[in-house]
Amino acid sequence: MFTYFLYLVAGAFLVISYLKDPKKTKTALKKAWKSFENILPEFLGVLMLVGILLAVLNPEVISKVIGKESGWFGVIISALVGAITLIPGFVAFPTAALMLHEGAGYMQIGAFVSTLMMVGIITMPVEIKYFGKKLTILRNTLAFLFSFFVAFIIGKVMIGL
Amino acid sequence: MNQKQSPLLKLVKRYRLFLLTILVTLLLTIFNRDLGIKALMVSGYSIEEMASFIPPIFILLGLLDVWVPRETMVKYMGEGSGLKGIVISFVIGSAAAGPLYGAFPIAAVFMKKGVKFSNILIFIGAWSTTKIPMFLFEMSSLGAKFAITRLLIDIPGIIIMAYILSTFLSRQEIKHIQQRAESL
Repeated sequence: MFTYFLYLVAGAFLVISYLKDPKKTKTALKKAWKSFENILPEFLGVLMLVGILLAVLNPEVISKVIGKESGWFGVIISALVGAITLIPGFVAFPTAALMLHEGAGYMQIGAFVSTLMMVGIITMPVEIKYFGKKLTILRNTLAFLFSFFVAFIIGKVMIGL
Repeated sequence: MNQKQSPLLKLVKRYRLFLLTILVTLLLTIFNRDLGIKALMVSGYSIEEMASFIPPIFILLGLLDVWVPRETMVKYMGEGSGLKGIVISFVIGSAAAGPLYGAFPIAAVFMKKGVKFSNILIFIGAWSTTKIPMFLFEMSSLGAKFAITRLLIDIPGIIIMAYILSTFLSRQEIKHIQQRAESL
């Protein structure tokens, strides 16, 4: 639904742009194509990697390892799993809900959801192309550590102080 | 640059990661048919997702590049834009749709247009975690308490991390990244 909105906005701007200056609009489209073509190899490689990884990992098995009693060990495992994989949010949240249902703890799921969204080891080739190695590694490391703090707070809030 | 290389070799080199992953998926399918098919289905789904949200993002990007003057971007999000710049970066990142890797090409155009480096990192951070449609979805699947707690920690977290990251990099390193963005 949100994607349709995006199309609507892009389409509207494109029409306005064309009415104001067809030549400039052509340049804009050329630039759009060039930047897309530039990153396409990394995009495709990364998305294939996602498929391989998600096929091998399995939510039922993972939720057994990161149960309520698993403590910080479970938090580390779930943070790692979240950091590697990149799952679209529309799949990730129901998966997290399912894992909670299967016995995973709130602290562990907090870490999982947080690294899932902020840390992307698999998407690193794309990130490095834009930001370079140093910043990419620093950003992901910092976000990974931050996720433990998120997990801790979520654990306190959800289970009670 | 590499005029001596044949176009085909260049193409293979550019797509080496993609070719390698296709090979791995093929091997996986040979050794374990079910896993291979599952991998192909997940990849197919992700590529379909990419194909659906990428065209409007890149069109907006091209239009932004052509129409919005550098001075305007600097005024609202550049050095000295202060709190206004932080809020705008947050709002743009949160209003986005699509996975995190969609944010990087936009960040590249922002860099070209003189947006402050810490604001670019805030934009990336917001895109990764505080996207509005995702937040609504998180509330419905994990509960309001979970989603709101995470949002309240993430907002200051993203800003603090952006500043820590900017201090970790020297002026030259930031300049180097900005120059790289010009060529993309």
